[in-house]
Amino acid sequence: MDEILAAACKSAQSAEVFRVTSSRTPVQFEANRLKQIQTKDATTTALRLIKDGRVGFAQASGRINAAELVNMALDTSQFGFQSDFTFPYLQPNNAVKTYDPAVENVTIDDMVGLGSAIIDAVCHNTAGLLCEGSVSRGAATFEIASGEGGHASYKRTNFSISMDGMLVRDGDILYIGDVQSSCRPISDHKAISGEIIRQLELARENAAIRSGTFPVIFTPYGVAGALLSPLISAFNGKTVLDGASPLKDKKGSAAFDVKFSLSDDPTIAYQPGSSPFDDEGVAARRNTLVYRGKVVQFYYDLHTAALSGNSSTGNGVRGGGMPSPAIHALVIEGGDTSLTDMIKDIKEGIIIEQLMGAEQGNILNGDFSGNVLLGYKIENGSVTGRVKDTMVSGNVYQLLKEISAIGSDSRWIGGYVNTPSIYCPAVSVSAK
Amino acid sequence: MKDRLFDALKGHQADYIEVRLEESKSSRLVYRGERLEEAGRSAGTGGCVRALVRGGWGFVSFNSLDNLSEKVALAVEQARQVGKGESQFSPAVPMVDKVPAEFKKNPMDVPLPTKNNILDEYNRIMLGTKDIQTTSIGYADIKKKVTLATSEGAYIEQGRIDLNLRLSAIASKDGDVQQVGLSIGSKGDFAAVENLHEKVQDIARRAAALLSAPHAKGGAYTVVLDPVLAGVFVHEAFGHLSEADHIYENPQMRELMVLGRRFAGKHLNIVDGATVPGYRGSFKYDDEGTPAGKTYLIKEGVLTSRLHSRETAAKMGEQPTGNARAINYTHPPIVRMTNTYIEPGSTSFAEMISGIKEGVYAKDWYGGTTSLEMFTFSAGEAYMIRDGEIAEMVRPVVLTGNVFTTLDNIDAIGNDLDMNQGGGCGKAGQSPLPVSNGSPHIRIQNCLVGGK
Repeated sequence: MDEILAAACKSAQSAEVFRVTSSRTPVQFEANRLKQIQTKDATTTALRLIKDGRVGFAQASGRINAAELVNMALDTSQFGFQSDFTFPYLQPNNAVKTYDPAVENVTIDDMVGLGSAIIDAVCHNTAGLLCEGSVSRGAATFEIASGEGGHASYKRTNFSISMDGMLVRDGDILYIGDVQSSCRPISDHKAISGEIIRQLELARENAAIRSGTFPVIFTPYGVAGALLSPLISAFNGKTVLDGASPLKDKKGSAAFDVKFSLSDDPTIAYQPGSSPFDDEGVAARRNTLVYRGKVVQFYYDLHTAALSGNSSTGNGVRGGGMPSPAIHALVIEGGDTSLTDMIKDIKEGIIIEQLMGAEQGNILNGDFSGNVLLGYKIENGSVTGRVKDTMVSGNVYQLLKEISAIGSDSRWIGGYVNTPSIYCPAVSVSAK
Repeated sequence: MKDRLFDALKGHQADYIEVRLEESKSSRLVYRGERLEEAGRSAGTGGCVRALVRGGWGFVSFNSLDNLSEKVALAVEQARQVGKGESQFSPAVPMVDKVPAEFKKNPMDVPLPTKNNILDEYNRIMLGTKDIQTTSIGYADIKKKVTLATSEGAYIEQGRIDLNLRLSAIASKDGDVQQVGLSIGSKGDFAAVENLHEKVQDIARRAAALLSAPHAKGGAYTVVLDPVLAGVFVHEAFGHLSEADHIYENPQMRELMVLGRRFAGKHLNIVDGATVPGYRGSFKYDDEGTPAGKTYLIKEGVLTSRLHSRETAAKMGEQPTGNARAINYTHPPIVRMTNTYIEPGSTSFAEMISGIKEGVYAKDWYGGTTSLEMFTFSAGEAYMIRDGEIAEMVRPVVLTGNVFTTLDNIDAIGNDLDMNQGGGCGKAGQSPLPVSNGSPHIRIQNCLVGGK
C-alpha cells in the first residue's frame, strides 16, 4: 500500500489507497445433504487520486504493479470530476467491536454439524421438505491510507447461516427459510430451525383471498423485502441532491406516522454491518433518519456532502467501484404490540412474509407491487393458512403515513436490517 | 502456463479436478444528472480449483497464482470431507482449443474520453427534455481471458469482450417521480451503444409523459407482450424452471418436470443455446469444457429437454447441454441459461390485438424474478388495449403468474422475433451473468396485473 501511495503522490496532488483482504469458508448443503466445502481468499486494492484538481480511480484484484495502477488512475483523472473534498487525516479507530477470534476457531466439523442439525429439525417437523443453504465463517481486514497522512485499519469477522426449504405438495411449491448473521459464532441451531418451523406451521393449509383492500401485517421479513428499498433510495444524499427524492423538501416535517422512527447504525457491537469507520476513513456514527414521523436528515459520503454543502455522515461505501452513499445497518424502532394482538385485531386480511418482485417497481416514487411468495390469510383474528397467486400493491409513503401498530417483535434480517412487524390498515390486494 | 497447470493437477486422488484462471481488464463510467460520478478502470487476476471426490465437492478461489498445487490439494481435501457416496459426472471428450475474443468494433480500442463524449451527448438529450429532473447512466466494458484445465486433459483458453450501457431518465413534477430506462448490451461490438440518440430522446419523453399517466386497475387481463418483455417472461417463467439443478435431487420436481409433459399449445417452441453466434449468451465451451449446444426446452408445447451441467446430466441420465457457467473465478460453475427465446409463429401484431375488448399492452422491462412455480416481471412501458386498439398509456405494471398454467394461456405467437441483449441474469449470488433473451410478440389470456 505504501508503495502505491508513494508512487501516486509523486504524480498527483493527493491520493488514497483502500485495501480489503478477505477469507471465507462456506460449507454448503443441497437436497438435505452436505454438498460442497469452499475456501475463498481475495484481495482488492483501490486507488483514488486527485490530479490537476480532478479525481481519478482504479482498482485491482490480485497482484498489481504500483506503477500500472497509478497509470490507470491517472488515465481516468483526465476527465474525472472536479475534486470538491479532501481526503481525511486518518487516525487509528477501534471504537466499534467487529472482531471475535472465536469465529476463526470454529471447525468445519462444527459448521457441518450445525447445518445438519437445522436440516434434521425442520425435516422432522415436515416430511418431504428439501433444504439448501450454507454455514459460513470468514474474516476481512480493511485498511486505508491517505496522502494527507495517517493509516487506519480494522478487522471484522462474520459468521452466517442461511437455510431455505422447498416443499412440493400437490403441484404447489412452498418456500420457507431464514438467514442469521453475526460477527460472533452462532452455535444454537434453533435460531434458524425455530423460525423455519414457525413459517411451516402457518403455511400448513392453503387459504383463499379475493381482490379488495385489506389490512396487512408486514412481518420483519416482509418489511425488509417490500418496504425498505424506496426509503434507502429516498434518504440517499445523492438522490436528494439530484432532486429525485420524494423527501427532498421534507426535512424537519412529518412525512410518516408518528409511530415510525428509522436510523442507520453501524456502531452496534458485533453486527455484520458495523465498522469503526466507513470506506473513506470517516468515523462511523448512528444517524437518525426519521424520528417520530419527522424527516431528520439524509446520508452522505465525502463527495456528495461537499456538493450539497453538508458533511459526510460516515456513509461512504464501496460497492465495487468508487465510494458512494449507502446504508450500513437500518434500524426501525420497535413498538409495543405483539404479533398475536395484531392478528386478533383483523377480521379479514393477510400477513406478508415474502413479496416477490417488490423491488421491480418505481422505487423512486415509493410504488411497489409484488406476488405474495410467502404470506398467510387472517380470518376473524386467527391465521387460516397460506395465500398464493395473489398480488399486493401500494405506495410505501402512503402506507407508512398511517400505521395501525408497530410490533414488539424486532429482529435482524440478514444482519443489515433490524425491524419489527408493521400493521397497515388498508392495502390493495389482487387475486384471481 | 499449460505445463504449470497440468503439473499442479498431477498426483491428487480425486475423481475430477478443474483449474480455471482468469485475467480481466475493465472500465466503467457513471453519470448522475450533469455530474460524471465515476470514471474508473480495473484489472484483475485470479483463479479457482474445483475437485470432486466420491460425490462431494471442494472449491478454492484465490488471487495469487503461487503454490497452485497446494490449492489443488486443499480443494481435494475439502471434497474428501464431503464425499460419502459415488461421483456421478458425465464423461467428456477433453478438448484442447484456443478461442480468441469475438469483436466487431472493439470497445478496448475506444479511448475513455470518446466513450465519455458519447454518454455526455445522451445525457444532454435527456436533461434537455421538459420535466426531466435528473438522469443516471452507467457504462461498463470488460475483456476477459479464461483458461480451463482439467484432470481429464482438457485445456481451453477462451476470450470474451462484453459491454453494457444502462440509461435512466427521471421525470419529476409536484412531488411525483417517474423513470424510464434503456438497457443495451453487446458481445464485443461498441457500435451497439453508438447512435442511440433517438431512442434516448424517446425514453426521456416517455418518462415525462408518465407523470400524467393513470395507474392500471389491478386484476386479470388479456395481455400482449412486446418481444423484449416476452423475452424476460420466457427467461423467468420457463428458463429457470428448466435448469436441472432445481430438479435433479428433488423427486417431486422430477415428477412435475417429467419429459413429455404438455405445458402449452402446439404453437409454442422454447429454445436455449449458446451456439447462435454474436449474442451475449454465446460461447464455444461452457466452464466445464462442454461444447455449447442448442436445446429445445419446449417443442410443440411439450417439455422435451432441460439445461444441464455434467453432474445434473449424469444424475438424471441425460446428456450435458453446455450450460455450466460461472460468472467469474470466485464461483464454481452452476446451471445457467445462455440465449433463451420463443420461436416465431405467424400472427401479426394487428391480428393479435384485434378482438381484445379490454387488455394491457406491456412493453420493455424493469426486471423479473421467479420462485420456479410463480414468476413476476415488470414492464417499462404499458398501454391499455380497448376494443382492439392501443389506448391510453398507463404507469408501468408488474405482471405475475404461475408457470404451470400461464404457458398454456399463451394463445397467439407473433412473427417478429427480436433478441434483447440488455439483460443480466442472477442466480445463487452470481449476478449479472451476460445472457440474451427474446421472443416475438405474444398474447397471454388471464394474466394477473398488479395495480390499484
